Amino acid sequence: MAGATTAGRAHAPSRSLRHLTISASPGQLALALGIAVFLALFLVIPVGTVIYVAFTEKGTGAFTLVNFLDFARTDLFIRSFWNSVYVSAMSVVVASIFALPLAYITTRFEFRGAMLIQTLGFLPLIMPPFVGAVAMLLLFGRNGTVNLLLNDWFGFRIPFMEGLNGVIFVQAVHYFPFILINLSAALRNIDRSMEEAAQNLGSSGFRLFRRIVFPLAMPGYIAGASLVFVKVFDDLATPLLLNVKDMLAPQAYLRVTSIGIADPMGYVISVVLICMSILAMWISARAMRGKDYATVQRGGGGLSKRRMRPWESAVAYGAVLLILLLVLAPHIGLLLLSFATIWSFSPLPDAYTLAHYGRVFGESFVYVKNTLVYASIAGLIDVVLGTAIAYLVLRTRLVGREWLDWAATAALAIPGVVLGIGYLRTFYGVQLPDGTPLATLWITIVLALAIRRLPYALRACYAALQQISVSLEEAAENLGATKVRTVRRIVLPLMAGGILAGFVTSFATAAVELSATLMLVQSNADAPLAYGLYVFMQSPAGRGPGAALGVIAVLLVALCTFASHLIIEKSQKAKAAGR
Amino acid sequence: MLRHSAAAAALIGAALFTGAAFAQSGKVTVVTSFSKDVTDPFKQAFEKAHPGVTLDVQNRNTNAGVKFVEETKANNQIDVFWASAPDAFEVLKGKGLLQQYKPKAEGIPEKIGSYPINDPQGFYSGFAASGYGIMWNDRYAKANDLPEPKDWQDLAKPVYFDHVAMAAPSRSGTTHLTIETILQGEGWDKGWRTLKEMSGNFRQITERSFGVPEAVNSGQVGFGIVIDFFAFSSQASGFPVKFVYPTVTTIVPANVAVVANAPNKAGAEAFVDYLVSPAGQEVLLEPSIRRLPVNPAVYAKAPADYPNPFKDPSLGARVKFDVDVSEKRSNVVDVLYDQTITFQLDALKAATKAIHDAEAALAKKDNAEAKALVKEARDLVAAMPITEEQAASPEIAGAFTGGKQKGARQAELEQQWAAFAKERYQQALAKSEQALKLAR
Repeated sequence: MAGATTAGRAHAPSRSLRHLTISASPGQLALALGIAVFLALFLVIPVGTVIYVAFTEKGTGAFTLVNFLDFARTDLFIRSFWNSVYVSAMSVVVASIFALPLAYITTRFEFRGAMLIQTLGFLPLIMPPFVGAVAMLLLFGRNGTVNLLLNDWFGFRIPFMEGLNGVIFVQAVHYFPFILINLSAALRNIDRSMEEAAQNLGSSGFRLFRRIVFPLAMPGYIAGASLVFVKVFDDLATPLLLNVKDMLAPQAYLRVTSIGIADPMGYVISVVLICMSILAMWISARAMRGKDYATVQRGGGGLSKRRMRPWESAVAYGAVLLILLLVLAPHIGLLLLSFATIWSFSPLPDAYTLAHYGRVFGESFVYVKNTLVYASIAGLIDVVLGTAIAYLVLRTRLVGREWLDWAATAALAIPGVVLGIGYLRTFYGVQLPDGTPLATLWITIVLALAIRRLPYALRACYAALQQISVSLEEAAENLGATKVRTVRRIVLPLMAGGILAGFVTSFATAAVELSATLMLVQSNADAPLAYGLYVFMQSPAGRGPGAALGVIAVLLVALCTFASHLIIEKSQKAKAAGR
Repeated sequence: MLRHSAAAAALIGAALFTGAAFAQSGKVTVVTSFSKDVTDPFKQAFEKAHPGVTLDVQNRNTNAGVKFVEETKANNQIDVFWASAPDAFEVLKGKGLLQQYKPKAEGIPEKIGSYPINDPQGFYSGFAASGYGIMWNDRYAKANDLPEPKDWQDLAKPVYFDHVAMAAPSRSGTTHLTIETILQGEGWDKGWRTLKEMSGNFRQITERSFGVPEAVNSGQVGFGIVIDFFAFSSQASGFPVKFVYPTVTTIVPANVAVVANAPNKAGAEAFVDYLVSPAGQEVLLEPSIRRLPVNPAVYAKAPADYPNPFKDPSLGARVKFDVDVSEKRSNVVDVLYDQTITFQLDALKAATKAIHDAEAALAKKDNAEAKALVKEARDLVAAMPITEEQAASPEIAGAFTGGKQKGARQAELEQQWAAFAKERYQQALAKSEQALKLAR
């Protein structure tokens, strides 16, 4: 850490110059207001209309805080709270173990297939609802492939998916790409001269990584790790899949969605989740305060890539393959499932067929089209907002600018079903001239997706901007460039990697979102892939076709991700050539 | 001559019928929790019977469907609500979101099994029924040398420890009815004892109904307490599963209702009529759907081994079911189950396992003191924090629905009940471990 501070400081602008860029211009003020209005309209107000119940007395609706007292007095909630904290923290640790080698090897060494690995390492994030879970159980469950074989051969089983440790394992597999993608973007952005300086001073190997490289990539790591923490803390799908109910997010979900019982505790838990998410982000911001991670030199393609010695490369390939095999197992299982006739209590399916793809082929077209449209618009909205918020928070001194960051981050903690109900409540009454409610338009789904995935893009953009030295902007402004021109010509191009990382994360995860979508979809013609999947996965006969749709979703997102990696690579090569 | 006039009458009738069909047109919007396998055949058949009408099916889980109808009532675009869980219909009815409608079908009896088919006030109508039973994965049972169960009580036997799954009654309206039937059939105290002995063997209590057949199909869990069509459609898809109706089972209806202020009221009523008409009832017999028609005459067209609740007394007729009793305490029963069983499953299972071990040891070497301890342990597990009268009292029911009078809050009751159960499970565990030592 100390290395980072000194290394970074060497290039940091002197304090006296700072005031040049930190005062807010009218344009920045307008931007902040615009974002605030957007967040208020599509996040704060709709969610507020639902979770205000947390502060009211059941029956009378009078204001009260007694529900929070009840929360603190209920053993189940307290147990759930600490379980959630433990699982989230441990998930960050395990996810880091998966992500660090992949990120390091692919960015630091000349490694064939680095781009492919980056793409593949990203796939676990795209776990289609329901089928992903079934595939995971068929592989790692008590009677999954691995345990059936272990039991046959050695007479024991490994409880991969039991209890809290099972949740940690699955969450780490699922969300480690957050760390991978942000850390890789950060590693690519490190100034090569830092490393060379350290090498000249005699540092090398692991010490070089520990003292110089990793600390300089800290913004990316923190961005990813804090996302993993908050996301795991707020995730309800995985614990419920593993039948772990004593964690906070599943408790909130079970209570919000119980039929006929007016229970304020579900909303109380939602408020607790929101507060915890903001707290976690605040702590991670505190941890970074007082350190400067910006480096001046840009566009050189990041760290110098070293050629590996043969034994090194063998170890590296071995490690990468092992990790990929582990984290991609669910997708391999999904693929098998989509071709399987029957797969039940056996290591592998009984037989294979193409019939499932035949069944979904006709109707999947409209789902694919909708998914692409919705997820790309949502991703675009997210990177625009994410870049703008990051810029306002890091480069201006507007009062309360952090609140934009925190409000956007709070979206992580809001169960999709709450957001969906909030949208119906807020926008169904608003009618278009011909009488159709606003909430029935597909754009509502897009907005819900954008809000739900905004935190991902925001963290990526934030980390990218943190690594850029203010002195570059100051130089541009000193040469007469306006603020807008500086942003357009200097900041945005330098942030490109981070922005793209943000877009890809938002896009990919939006493509498989279900909970808010299920509330808002109004007709089959407007439905995305996840909804089609849901419709199939409610019957035994639908498992195969559901898996086929899941594979289509994963392939779709993988192709888009691969394409964007290609674009990054090309633009970096072009820059390198231009120098 | 007579034959000719009959034919003519049939023709005129047909003309009238199609005329009536033509009168309705446009789009009928249906919110349903049923899967594509169920809705697609009905959509095709209905659209064929009513040319010019399209059935727009919106799939939502029951809860999302209820919330959707509730949130959009000011500008309702939904014509029909179509789902299994009677409790969902009760909630909608209670909020005034359904429209009374009595279908024009004939020959549909009052009750199926012991459960009334239609809502007495006519807000929703049953169109199909299903029985509860036990489904198991044959490969799993063989690999673990587990016998085939025949009755609910079998599932409480030690061999099935950690092999059974069920959906939580608070999450599945049909499971709730099964629990309620056991409570009514065996009485409050004995009923809970049976439930806890069974639940002590559970591997999972899932939060959605379909989670159970899914776990059994993939072999993650051996045995599941499921609604019959899940098992039948799994068999039809080729999964190695078997199914049995216990000697006493519940029959639960699946319902349909016209939504209040339906934009296409005529179309909605036509759809409800179609579902209970002989043609609509026959669609239920398709292998991918396989639910029990509510029109007894339709069973004549069913395959030979098709279960018929109107003929077979074990299908529901043997149990009594009082709807009023059930309605008064439905939330209380759900929350009691969740607080004392679902969220305490680890503690309950530990106690159950210890009791099983102690009893196994006692079977080999008798010991009076140990026997008494095990009995105490069983009583501790079976103990419930509230009595039947308390469960139906307005003070406690009001804590869940938000009654105007001030009583204990839901969270307070939950905490009390959970603490009550947890403490007793721990005591039961200690006593059985003590018994095991004595019997060794």
